[in-house]
Amino acid sequence: MNEMDNKWIGKNTIRPDGADKVTGRAEYAADTIMPGMIWGKVLRSPHPHATIKSINTKKAEELDGVFSVATSADCVDFPVDTPVILGIQDIRWMARNVLAKEKVLFHGHPIAAVAARTEEIAEKACELIEVEYDIHPWAIEIDDALKPDAPILHDFIKFDGKPSNIAGTLEHKKGDIEEGFKEADIIIEREFETAAVHQGYLETHACLVSVSPDDRTIIWSSSQGQFMVRAMTSFITGIPQSSIRAIPAEIGGGFGGKTIVYLEPVATILSKKSGRPVKMVMTREEVMRASGPTSGSKSKVKIGAKNNGEITAAQGTFYLQAGAFPGAPIRGAAGCCLAPYDIPNAHTLGYDVVSNRSKVAAYRAPGAPIGAYAVECVLDEVAEALKMCPLEFRLKNAAKEGTKAVHGPTYPVMGYVETLEACLSHPHYKAPLKKLQGRGYASGFWFNAGGESSAQVNITEDGNVVVTTGHPDIGGSRASIANITAELLGIDVNRVSVLIGDTATIGFSNLTGGSRVLFASALVVTESTNQVIDILKDRASKIWNIEKEAIEWENGEARPAGDNAGKFKPLSLVELAEQATPTGGPIGAGHQVNTVGAEGGFATHICDVEVDIELGIARVIRYTAAQDVGKAIHPAYVEGQLQGGVVQGIGWALNEEYIYNKEGKLDNPGFLDYRIPVCSDLPMIDTILVEVPNPQHPQGVRGVGEVPIVPPLSAIANAIYNAIGTRFYSLPMSPPKVLEKISD
Amino acid sequence: MSEVKFISPETIEQAVDAYSKSSKEGKTKILAGGTDLLVQIRSGISQPDTIIDIKNIKELKEISNDNGSYTIGAAVAGAVLDEEEDFGNNWPGVLEALRLIGSEQIQGRASLGGNLCNASPAGDSVPALIASGATVKLQGPEGERNMPIESFHVGPGKTNLKNGEIVVNFQFPKKQKHSGDAYLRMIPRTEMDIAVVGCAVNVTIENDKCVDARVALGAVAPTALLVEDASKALIGSNFEKEAVEKAALACEAACNPIDDKRGTISYRKKVSKVLFKRALEKAIERAKRG
Ligand SMILES: Cc1cc2nc3c(=O)[nH]c(=O)nc-3n(C[C@H](O)[C@H](O)[C@H](O)COP(=O)(O)OP(=O)(O)OC[C@H]3O[C@@H](n4cnc5c(N)ncnc54)[C@H](O)[C@@H]3O)c2cc1C
Repeated sequence: MNEMDNKWIGKNTIRPDGADKVTGRAEYAADTIMPGMIWGKVLRSPHPHATIKSINTKKAEELDGVFSVATSADCVDFPVDTPVILGIQDIRWMARNVLAKEKVLFHGHPIAAVAARTEEIAEKACELIEVEYDIHPWAIEIDDALKPDAPILHDFIKFDGKPSNIAGTLEHKKGDIEEGFKEADIIIEREFETAAVHQGYLETHACLVSVSPDDRTIIWSSSQGQFMVRAMTSFITGIPQSSIRAIPAEIGGGFGGKTIVYLEPVATILSKKSGRPVKMVMTREEVMRASGPTSGSKSKVKIGAKNNGEITAAQGTFYLQAGAFPGAPIRGAAGCCLAPYDIPNAHTLGYDVVSNRSKVAAYRAPGAPIGAYAVECVLDEVAEALKMCPLEFRLKNAAKEGTKAVHGPTYPVMGYVETLEACLSHPHYKAPLKKLQGRGYASGFWFNAGGESSAQVNITEDGNVVVTTGHPDIGGSRASIANITAELLGIDVNRVSVLIGDTATIGFSNLTGGSRVLFASALVVTESTNQVIDILKDRASKIWNIEKEAIEWENGEARPAGDNAGKFKPLSLVELAEQATPTGGPIGAGHQVNTVGAEGGFATHICDVEVDIELGIARVIRYTAAQDVGKAIHPAYVEGQLQGGVVQGIGWALNEEYIYNKEGKLDNPGFLDYRIPVCSDLPMIDTILVEVPNPQHPQGVRGVGEVPIVPPLSAIANAIYNAIGTRFYSLPMSPPKVLEKISD
Repeated sequence: MSEVKFISPETIEQAVDAYSKSSKEGKTKILAGGTDLLVQIRSGISQPDTIIDIKNIKELKEISNDNGSYTIGAAVAGAVLDEEEDFGNNWPGVLEALRLIGSEQIQGRASLGGNLCNASPAGDSVPALIASGATVKLQGPEGERNMPIESFHVGPGKTNLKNGEIVVNFQFPKKQKHSGDAYLRMIPRTEMDIAVVGCAVNVTIENDKCVDARVALGAVAPTALLVEDASKALIGSNFEKEAVEKAALACEAACNPIDDKRGTISYRKKVSKVLFKRALEKAIERAKRG
């Protein structure tokens, strides 16, 4: 497809879901109601760590207005020693996270749930549930969980042959690091810490579930994957997937945090037991206490380089909090941290550490910002020691097509170097700075993903188009799909309507995550649309009575391919639709496949800060994010992804943190004391969309949504150093921490 | 929340009558803008069975200016006061404190009376009110009384209001010639946050000399504080370095903060000095202008 001729791809078309959202019509999960509906509420653990000796729900059941009560006894039993893998999750853990079984493992851990006529009655009934605990000591921080005498969360987890809170490790090796460090003229080694941070989606978890007497179940919920909801609910409740219809609601933010279930299986059990539709909506406090943040971490990184700027060796060790159950994103930390560089000798190692915190959930490039933070800060110090510009230093060591990455693959065409060059030639790079202002740089990488996708493209009787895909639209994917379909069919984009199907109306589609949605759904939509075009040609061939091969599809109409084909007036999509019935029936096609060929994404960021050294406040005053986006199908939404990722990174770097009190309870479960950035904290985030098309994709698409959260943590830390000459090795760089360190 | 009785009296007497009859167990609550109360009800901290809305009482919604002395009704919303042009010329520090409360939406409701009676040590308007020298008029079953702002609070969430007593209005002294006030707070973000330290300064200058000064701090002790030692250090000085430093040290010494998720003791102490100096500079500049 010739770029210059593109009519819709690369254009900022109007978002199909926009009007509904700005007029308040869009239906979110909490908006859904049903006749006879009752309300579910959850009883949560008051202790960070305890064995559940008994649960007595009798008094709750007897309370007037209560319809049903659920505990883990109502769930399918998954023995702790048998893994039940679903994607990157293990249903053993998921079931126990949804309703605690043997033990409560964090303050806020769900123990039981009640469905009642009103939320208030359900809450009151929860208080009537009697739970007998055997309370244990707890461990919140990584150091506490790794101490020799640490309280052990799961007896059956062993490390080095002994019960341990280390649930697993992951390692990447390349070359010989000992040799590599010997070759180095300069070696820098540093230790880092980051706090656990929450995804901060504005819409809290919510669902409405209705189970019929024959177990047929309908779930309306806010998630990043209706098929994930169906599968997990099926596992935990034992209702077969074929009996569950999961309907995706509009979603008010997820950022990875809605790739698992919290409420749906519970509401399903409550509905099944009561015979009533059950609605559940979490409060913000419940979201903060019991839904996944991403890991806090501790890490150590060592990098060696020659005087000429060549990196000879790199080593990184990363400990990541998993929360109560195994599954910290160590792959993102250990796998992505060195990915932008061509390093001959390297070793990265990640530890998955359980402790008495809520189970972590995916958060935008899970683990990658943690790894990159440590590596990119050390690189800044190495560049300084070598008296090199940090960007030139990165350019010298940049990975290119053909580089063998530390995490395994040999790179195909990729645009990391282009992001560095774009930054070097951007006016921001040379802009003057005032006193107490500083500039920092950092790069980042994310794997991106392919996976299962399904699509159906149907031509309506009036010659318009309905496209159905199976992925909740979080970042504007419907608009991009409309652009692509309109481009392929050669019709106005407003004639294409894009919908998200539920689990009964479209084939299996993996969840919205890993920056995979546009990559994967564009592939299946392109294939389906091409099939539709083929059918349209076939219909024209019947009408004209010529060979299908003698027909071409251009500008939204079938035309004879040349003079030899005969002289016929072109047939438009509308005309062909009108004649659909006599020429063979409905026109439409679908495609479903496990997509492959998603290639990684790279970014380089420039950040300016200004530091108030008397108050310890660092403010970001200018920010430019350059990223290889493959091909920006809808540039405004690509830009929005970059800006959003950067903003979340700024929050992570400066103020966001999970703070626990002495009792092992989260002390800041709300947006007053858990400080995500507000508008006035931020400058305009400028973006540079570098387009190095993914050769394995018909439109050149690469995932774009996760890379932008990877560089900001270190870009900001490096900028603060540049401004005031103090290096910070611990996040967040909040005012009390900053002031304390600079007044020392 | 279960059923709640909502009353909306039109006179102070009716309000006081209803309040004093039922306020014993904290089950009756006064409602002004509701920006504190509703949050407390939703989170379960407050569970009233009766709510008395005071926004229909004329006197509590009035702003009057008697020859330069302002009286501001306790339930006047911040945004309404903001539109009262001359008030901001007289008390820019009080107004800037009020403007810091929440957001545009919050300011459409939030009142000075609510900010005071909520008795958060971090309430933004309180230090500015103390520095201004304003007093409050209270009315209860036993009649009216007046009180300086700095005597109003007992501790976090606790006031000197007696059973059945409500705040009627705030009375500001006549602004002195060549005086100026200012309020600054430290928050980690730029807005929608809670003060880690707040500092208000009000100075009067004659022939380059400080003839009067009131300094108040918020969020550094169980209640907002009038720092009299800081006033003493400034009065009679030319704001020379030593005097300012002495006053700043007095601020630091007055702090009796806690270590919490919002800031450490040492951070709050350091910041109180910095904010004092910055607020003083602003107040001096304003005082010199008029
Ligand atoms: C999003 C948000 C942001 C906020 N930001 C800030 C901020 O930056 N700084 C800050 O200081 N505050 C802030 N607040 C708190 C609140 O807005 C202020 O304290 C406000 O001034 C309260 O005024 P109100 O009229 O809404 O009080 P209400 O909620 O109506 O009342 C507060 C309390 O005072 C009592 N009360 C009210 N009036 C009287 C009276 N006349 N006599 C006796 N008792 C009375 C009530 O019973 C209640 O206990 C914020 C609140 C929200 C929701």
